[in-house]
Amino acid sequence: MSAVLFFIAAIGVISGAIGVVVLRDPFYCVLSLVAHLVSLAVLFLLLRAEFVAAVQVVVYAGAVMVLYVFVVAYVGGEAGSLGERLRGPGPVASGLRLGGAILGGALLVELLIALLGTGLEAINGDGAGYSPGPKTFGTPAYIGQLLLTRFLLAFEVASFLLLIAAVGAVVLARRRGGLGEEDERQLLTPLDLLRPRGTGTTAEGVGRRP
Amino acid sequence: MSIAWYLAVSAIVFAVGAGGVITRRNPLVVLLCLELMLNGANLALIAFSRMWGNGDGQIFALVVMTVAACEVCIGLGMIVAIYRRRLPIDVDELRELQG
Repeated sequence: MSAVLFFIAAIGVISGAIGVVVLRDPFYCVLSLVAHLVSLAVLFLLLRAEFVAAVQVVVYAGAVMVLYVFVVAYVGGEAGSLGERLRGPGPVASGLRLGGAILGGALLVELLIALLGTGLEAINGDGAGYSPGPKTFGTPAYIGQLLLTRFLLAFEVASFLLLIAAVGAVVLARRRGGLGEEDERQLLTPLDLLRPRGTGTTAEGVGRRP
Repeated sequence: MSIAWYLAVSAIVFAVGAGGVITRRNPLVVLLCLELMLNGANLALIAFSRMWGNGDGQIFALVVMTVAACEVCIGLGMIVAIYRRRLPIDVDELRELQG
């Protein structure tokens, strides 16, 4: 049973990953990554990492992917970038693709040698003993206890990192004056909701309503 | 299933992600491929955590997910800023730093 589930989830994980790399439209890439993440959560469950699997589905496949979808919708998920469409599948692009595939294959061989060729005997086993229970390995209680005792510093540093990233994203993506279009530059005040735009300004006096 | 199978899957996902980072030119997809590489590493961490019956690997995986969320946050903010400046969204054309 667990073997069948493993193979189904592994096929989902690998095909989702290949879909991210191969599909042309960024929107489909994001959807493919969502499928990949959900299958990966099944693998985590098979490895008895219940809390991490739940976090994976809720935070990653839920929140982070919604962010991606928003940005794809904002930027315009055009198939391929401008340069890619102009140049088309020329010799340079296909050579690059071939080189990337070769490098990925070499990396895969190297990783498989490193991971499976180790002298570790436990790698061929099913893992350490496991007995279900409310506070056993991988449950939220277990993870929470570890996070708040042994890994308290890592926990705090991670929260600080999230704060820095949030501030950084706001600074990067904020609207700067002078960069936008003419009508984008005006600040919207609560008064604008009550009167037609441009009334009571100098522009109206000159006769040029914006 | 033995742990080796999970490690093989994690290696495949990592290699696919690395190939994607090299090949794709849209920064959005490059970010997605970075996520793939991080997920491959996460799977290996959790497999080893299961192998030793020790929760440290799972904490490590959670921290990796936090870092990935931060990276997405900054990366998408940069893409939005690039789009606002009407620059081409293509990592090959954004090479002012190359000199």
